Amino acid sequence: MSLHEEPWSRAKGVFAVAFGPPTVWLTVFFLAPLAIIWAYSFGQNTSLTHIGVTGTFANYAHAVRPLYLGILWKSLWIAGLTTVLCLIGGFPVAVAITFASDKMRTWLLLLIMLPFWTNLLIRTYALMAVLRDEGYVNSALGGAWGLAVKLGAPLGAFHPLPLLHNDFAVVLGLVEVQLPFMVLPLYAALDRLDRSLLEASLDLGAGHLTTFARVVVPLAMPGIVSGVLVTFIPSVGAYLTPDLLGGPSSQMIANVIENQFKNADDWPFGAALSFLLMYMTFVAIAVQAMVERARREKRS
Amino acid sequence: MEGAAPLPGFAGAPPASQGEIVRMRRSRRSLLAGLGAAAVGITLEGCGAAARKGANGEEPRLNLYNWDNYIGDTTLADFGQATGVKAKMSLFSTNDELFAKLRPGNPGFDVIVPSNEYVTRLRIAGLIQQLDHSKLPNLKNILPAFLNPPFDPGRRWSAPYTWLVQGLGYRKSKIDGVPDSWKWVMDSDRYKGRIGLFSEADDLIELGAKYLGYSVRNIPRPVIDRVAEMYIRQKPNVTVFHHDDGQDLLMAGDIDIVMDYNGDIARVMQEDPDLAFVVPREGSVLNADCLCIPAGAPRPDNAHKFINFILDGKAGAGIAEATRYPTPNAAALALMPADYRDSPTIFPPAAALANCEYADFEGLDRAHLYDETVTRIFAA
Repeated sequence: MSLHEEPWSRAKGVFAVAFGPPTVWLTVFFLAPLAIIWAYSFGQNTSLTHIGVTGTFANYAHAVRPLYLGILWKSLWIAGLTTVLCLIGGFPVAVAITFASDKMRTWLLLLIMLPFWTNLLIRTYALMAVLRDEGYVNSALGGAWGLAVKLGAPLGAFHPLPLLHNDFAVVLGLVEVQLPFMVLPLYAALDRLDRSLLEASLDLGAGHLTTFARVVVPLAMPGIVSGVLVTFIPSVGAYLTPDLLGGPSSQMIANVIENQFKNADDWPFGAALSFLLMYMTFVAIAVQAMVERARREKRS
Repeated sequence: MEGAAPLPGFAGAPPASQGEIVRMRRSRRSLLAGLGAAAVGITLEGCGAAARKGANGEEPRLNLYNWDNYIGDTTLADFGQATGVKAKMSLFSTNDELFAKLRPGNPGFDVIVPSNEYVTRLRIAGLIQQLDHSKLPNLKNILPAFLNPPFDPGRRWSAPYTWLVQGLGYRKSKIDGVPDSWKWVMDSDRYKGRIGLFSEADDLIELGAKYLGYSVRNIPRPVIDRVAEMYIRQKPNVTVFHHDDGQDLLMAGDIDIVMDYNGDIARVMQEDPDLAFVVPREGSVLNADCLCIPAGAPRPDNAHKFINFILDGKAGAGIAEATRYPTPNAAALALMPADYRDSPTIFPPAAALANCEYADFEGLDRAHLYDETVTRIFAA
């Protein structure tokens, strides 16, 4: 009896000590505020300062009107493009880090982490300085253009490339921000990969591309999925990047939500829009879990 | 009104000169900070509760809630010397942030500086208290034009601090003549790809209505739709709907003509003489920032003392000198040098202002309608 109960009761204490503070933290600073906002999404403004939670679905009905669904669709599209670009750009980087020497690897990982040492706002402003009409890219291009004209090239006047204040700038900014979040899970997955499998594949006659497609990618799939998720979800909700780098049509769903909590002062509607995103995220994660389980069952 | 200012090097602009004032107004970046602080409900009270009392039965302290860089260099210290009351200033960057902070209950502010629409909004919400004019003898210094504004007849709830007017800032070498019509940014492709507009819903719609010949108050529904159609047509010509950093985009050369406030353009004109400002002939929107006492202010008598001190000529001149915003204070104006008094940017000519008016808070439904209209414009 004591054999069974003593470790359990002792473990209970350890459990409480270990999980108590995080649970309290999570409840007070995450779940409770989230629950309040969720309640607001079923409420309406009763005065300038009060929201009555009436259980109405009017905010959701408003949120699924074509205007807002269109903006949501655009946000999903931009986030999807960002994710694909991050995956294409991040995979070779993750592979390179995996196969680098131990000393090199530390440095390469440090380089990946380096952007986190600088505030997102500062990096975004730096990007603006690079992309603007009189920014570094256009100045360099303009200089080269001027030189070519001087050397006799039959070119007209230089028109700066429109790099800033459009959707291109938004996607570039998002890729810049999200790339490390793609590389790190990919690296984690590739690092665990059993190299002898690669050798076996190559020894048995598969080429490098075949080995990559049929051995590396399937084995790295958990890393790819989590990389895609942690890139895609924050990108859908991006608000600072479209705000600063975007043009007249670059508004994303988070910018609309922001307005509801600020200028428009329509918290219930803002809450409904936020939770619409949240429900979609839940569904995406649930689908991922189901796919993962199905895969595992198939394998076993 | 912000933006590249904290990062002059990145903006490709010369570093801000000493004493040059950047007013961080309506910054979106502090949204999270603002909401977070509001949600947690930071309280300024509680510490040092048993402090000594002054002659008026209040502790000799005062909490001021103000815009950034929106006060004279020595104003607070001078106030301390004159009255023995130690003033502490906290900063907000948007009226929404101010409103959000007061919404759950006053966390301990004695004096706040909302803009005109928000004076109305705070009053309706019961978040500010009436002023006691017997404690504000310096109201006599205020120009008569500012004593009876439509948003606060008789100045029962607010004392004037500064005022501003919206107009067009532009680069003289890139624009033909003086662009004295909203047409050039709202309804014309002449400056295609070089135009910056406000992104705030009420500013956009009010100015659009003004261009079409309507008042900025009680704009009829069909006119709002016409304004929206006009902006949707104009969108291909617009480079950016700026977040109150129009003057920085103008200075950096991203755009050549922009909707902005006179004070902002006055500031960048000191650095770049190629810039200018005009109030379009169709008229424009006036804004007025005001001193108010929030409901539940812990030290209302000190608050009155402070407001009266600010309305003094010398203190007012110190503020005007530092901020370069127009002052409504005749005594302060008399103390200012000619380059301030005679600046047509800080004080646009009377003919230009004749057609300008204050907007007013017209209820939450209006705010929602404006917001949705602008969302529609951006999404089109």
